[in-house]
Amino acid sequence: MKSPFVLYEEDIAQIDELCALLYRESLARAVFLVDKDGQLISEQGDTSAIDATALASLTAGVIAAAGGLAKLLGEREFPVQLHEGERESIHTSLVAERFIFVMIFDERSSLGLVRLKLKRAHRSFELLLDELSASRPAHASQPKVFSEISDAEIDALFDVGVK
Amino acid sequence: MSFINYSSREINCKIVYYGPGLCGKTTNLQYIYAKTLPEAKGKMISLETGTERTLLFDFLPISLGEIRGFKTRFHLFTVPGQVFYDASRKLILKGVDGVVFVADSQVERLDANLESLESLKRNLAEHGEDLEKIPFVIQYNKRDLPNAVDRAYLEQQLNPRGVDSFEAVATTGAGVFDSLKAVAKQVLVELKRSQK
Repeated sequence: MKSPFVLYEEDIAQIDELCALLYRESLARAVFLVDKDGQLISEQGDTSAIDATALASLTAGVIAAAGGLAKLLGEREFPVQLHEGERESIHTSLVAERFIFVMIFDERSSLGLVRLKLKRAHRSFELLLDELSASRPAHASQPKVFSEISDAEIDALFDVGVK
Repeated sequence: MSFINYSSREINCKIVYYGPGLCGKTTNLQYIYAKTLPEAKGKMISLETGTERTLLFDFLPISLGEIRGFKTRFHLFTVPGQVFYDASRKLILKGVDGVVFVADSQVERLDANLESLESLKRNLAEHGEDLEKIPFVIQYNKRDLPNAVDRAYLEQQLNPRGVDSFEAVATTGAGVFDSLKAVAKQVLVELKRSQK
């Protein structure tokens, strides 16, 4: 199993800020950042009526399927996709090879505005990722909570949540 | 790959149910969905063909309580079992943390089980993963059917390494949570090991 992907509070705060700026400038209804494994990293805007966990998982599925199609044609990826609805549309774009910006927008915004604002967000996000990876050694001294868990604590997890 | 979020204090892991067509992968998830408290589960999504066969995947997020102040969440996926959906199966395995192989105990499905197990190894290898190195359990499903093969024979054919295995009847729920608990525990133990 590969090492876990870890984001610390200050990492998430910076990512949230970047997504919030994209949300405001693009006039989108909502902006999500998910990774290619379907994990939700950030959500900004009017997200209350949207099942974000399901959205993240389905987005990863769609991106993966499109990636499979791309390979059939000898392309590396189809990094940008648009799903156009009658009232709302979803724009997905791959960034830094393993993250996906998902933007939900309606007639208050436009595809052109979404794409324009995404361009800058992609650049900012790539710079942020570089900063985060450079700051990783500073986290090395932080306690790794999971290295100390006991078998009894793991067993106890299964006593809850089931009818 | 598990995802540890220190901001929302969550740990998210991905478990995939793999196995031949009609072995009961979706039935496993449906039972888990039915028996999990509403506050501990999300929406179950099934991407099916018109004939209720899994086309891309089923998805069910569940929460298993807290450990050291972190919510543990497992994202359960199934793959489509039919042979010709191999490309889709490969996609779903990306980033997997643990696998439940659901074997069909019926004598006439032995070859299908073996073929599916081989495709699991091959598809994991394409993602740079080795089945022998990731959390993995086997579930022998449909034990209630009259044509079910002896467990000992299935073990010999499908489980030469002797990984954790369970008998199940997914339609009644027998063995379903045992399989899930076993793989989830392996995933957390692996996470503990990787953090040391």
